[in-house]
Amino acid sequence: MSKTYYDPADLKKFGNITDWSEELGTKFFEYYNKVFEEGALSAREKSLIALAVAHTEQCPYCIDAYTKDGLQRGITKEEMMEAIHVGAAIKSGATLVMGVQMMNKVNKLDG
Amino acid sequence: MIKLKIQSLHKRESELANSERQLEILSNGIFLNGELPKFKEKIAQTNQFPLRPNKLEIFQINLGYMCNQVCTHCHVDAGPDRTEIMTRETMQQCLDIIKKTEAHTLDLTGGAPEMNPDFRWFVEEASKIGIKDFIVRSNLTIIRANKKYYDLPEFFKKHNVHVVSSMPHWTKGKTDKQRGEGVFDKSIKALQELNAIGYGMPNSNLKLDLVYNPSGAFLPGDQASMEKEFKKVLKKDFDIQFHNLFAITNLPISRFLDYLIASENYEDYMYSLVEAYNPEAVKNVMCRNTISVSWDGWLYDCDFNQMLGLKVASKVKHIKDYNEELLQNRKIIISQHCYGCTAGAGSSCQGSVI
Repeated sequence: MSKTYYDPADLKKFGNITDWSEELGTKFFEYYNKVFEEGALSAREKSLIALAVAHTEQCPYCIDAYTKDGLQRGITKEEMMEAIHVGAAIKSGATLVMGVQMMNKVNKLDG
Repeated sequence: MIKLKIQSLHKRESELANSERQLEILSNGIFLNGELPKFKEKIAQTNQFPLRPNKLEIFQINLGYMCNQVCTHCHVDAGPDRTEIMTRETMQQCLDIIKKTEAHTLDLTGGAPEMNPDFRWFVEEASKIGIKDFIVRSNLTIIRANKKYYDLPEFFKKHNVHVVSSMPHWTKGKTDKQRGEGVFDKSIKALQELNAIGYGMPNSNLKLDLVYNPSGAFLPGDQASMEKEFKKVLKKDFDIQFHNLFAITNLPISRFLDYLIASENYEDYMYSLVEAYNPEAVKNVMCRNTISVSWDGWLYDCDFNQMLGLKVASKVKHIKDYNEELLQNRKIIISQHCYGCTAGAGSSCQGSVI
């Protein structure tokens, strides 16, 4: 067994999840691939969304995958960093907006 | 981040200047221990081994390895210090064959082909033959490198040359990182000059195509999407237009191989190439419709095999003995670098092959 939880080489084995549940795994990958096709959003825009979500989910595999995907699409490092800030802003906003609930509670209990 | 030396491997006396050493690396390690299949085994799975030529379409001539640039990923290991240059005598031998060949496209490359002192003579003579598509692979900066090259756009126009130029990205940072400081600004200026005389304009017969190859250890994205993005940004930021974008995969040889090893990306890159292997691309891979001639007249299956010193497997090996019928019966020489031309939508000097 590996001594670390994250091994970059495991990303190549992602497809193996179908081995233990073929139908569900296959359906997942069909869905996954369909999602990233050109649609109302371009594949390029979807790649940037995926990169931002990869960071908010803190998934090292996804970060590796969508950084490389972005480079392949000609996405610049400035665009990638801005996308991550969008994710970070929503994460921090989601934390801070809870502050209103705290304020409501303080006002009710000690107002 | 890896800081690359901006000198040719030959100048640095690197072990990778030796093509045999490159071939050794490409056949050892992950390909020797069975982690990854050799190219021969891969194409044999779809009964495509041995690889044979299709109809000859492209006659590609390398006029020499001298170049005004020292791009980090150059598969030719070209640079100002390279002195290998085609002589007029060899050019004449090529002209004699161009008159007879079935190929409809003549493709001049280098180094910077314009730096060959007999370049203009050769273009003038070749253009008299009436080739359907006459390509010069120009690095763009050569047009601005010295006063003696300033009139190249007009010269190209006079001879109806199809200009194909490298442009790794629409941003200065990524372009200069790969091709050298100041290359982006000079390239933009050269493209504007070409546009000004009609090259690359919509409906113009003066063809101007750009070549995109990735600036690092990753594969090129979809050619059509990249073209859309290049056209949008170059028009908006610089009022530049061009016809087609060719997305080309960097092959793991020469300076790009040096970069992959130095940046510890070699194995991952080879995995990416093998994973992206597409048997459909093998059908149209460029070695099947091309003959590549080196500066000293030797014949190769492609420009990459030329740089690896792999002469054609035929009784005819030199332009002076050229015999198209015999050459068309040859087996194409392959190694693991060939995965670069069969990844995804495939890759050739004319971009994707699917």
